[in-house]
Amino acid sequence: MGPSPRPSSASLLRTRPIALGGVLAILLAAGAGAGIGAAASAASSRPSLPTIERQVMCVTCKIPLNVAQSPQADRERAFIQSLIDGGQTEAQIKRALVGQYGSAVLGLPSTHGFDLAAYLVPLAALIALVAVLALLLPRWRARARVASAHRTAPPPLSATDAARLDADLARFD
Amino acid sequence: MKRRALPALASLAGACLIGLLIYGVSAQSANRTLDQQVAQKRYPKAPDAAQALPLLQGPAHASLASFRGRVLVLNFWASWCEPCQVEAPLLEHAQRQLERHGGTVLGVTYLDASPDSQSFVRRYHITYPNLRDNEGTFTHSYGTNQLPETFVIDRQGRIVAISRGEIDQAFLNRALAVAESS
Repeated sequence: MGPSPRPSSASLLRTRPIALGGVLAILLAAGAGAGIGAAASAASSRPSLPTIERQVMCVTCKIPLNVAQSPQADRERAFIQSLIDGGQTEAQIKRALVGQYGSAVLGLPSTHGFDLAAYLVPLAALIALVAVLALLLPRWRARARVASAHRTAPPPLSATDAARLDADLARFD
Repeated sequence: MKRRALPALASLAGACLIGLLIYGVSAQSANRTLDQQVAQKRYPKAPDAAQALPLLQGPAHASLASFRGRVLVLNFWASWCEPCQVEAPLLEHAQRQLERHGGTVLGVTYLDASPDSQSFVRRYHITYPNLRDNEGTFTHSYGTNQLPETFVIDRQGRIVAISRGEIDQAFLNRALAVAESS
């Protein structure tokens, strides 16, 4: 079987529109898919009360709103629901909550005073852990290397065994 | 020596964490410096007097400094606070008395949505001005972390009486007499 014939320029012209059409069709389909996906995600990203409740605090009970049971928690829920009904996004609702109840409603530690420890302590712990590992890992590896070297080295053969081995090998030659 | 370094460092880190915990607990507890000074009749200046806060009704801002020269009954409240509901008529009555002498009650809402505060104002026919402290910084500078609390401030801007809890007429009479005479 010979090499396949080089396509003529005419056949190239014939195949290019087909190929371009295919690419266009794929792109259009992808675009439509993306559009549908965006619409679907927009619909799904519309905030719901349980979603917001999980992310904010009951400001008087000092616990997450989704587990709070108090008249104030109910008022916060009603306020959030009114914003959801007004078509506001999650970010807008959070901004409105901060505007009414202060940043304490988000339940995030502030970046000054004692609250700063909430950010610094985990960071310091991570650095300490990395430092300890950097200190200990080379030692552990060196120790493991020495131990494995001891484990893998075969015991020396006795003179009798060596002679028997030589004899066995000579028989196979 | 090297073998002891790691346990020593771990112990040090543990001690630091315990120290941090103790500091955190003490930092969270309410500051009672103002109460001690008032009890010793040293009448401290009202903290954060220059801090401007938004008015509950309307876009304007005001600070304690804008009431300087007047006897002031500074009351921290929220619509969800039941004792605040009990003392609201008493404060409104005091407002009518104070107005005649150029004084005023000044409410400050804390951790309360403004629609709720506004409906509280309407329900109890409150006529005195109210400010919103939604971040709580002004409120905390008075050592307030529970509601209601009331501070009586004289014409020089000094705190002459403090009530950490619901007020009564006797407290107001006593406090206002001190404020008027100082």
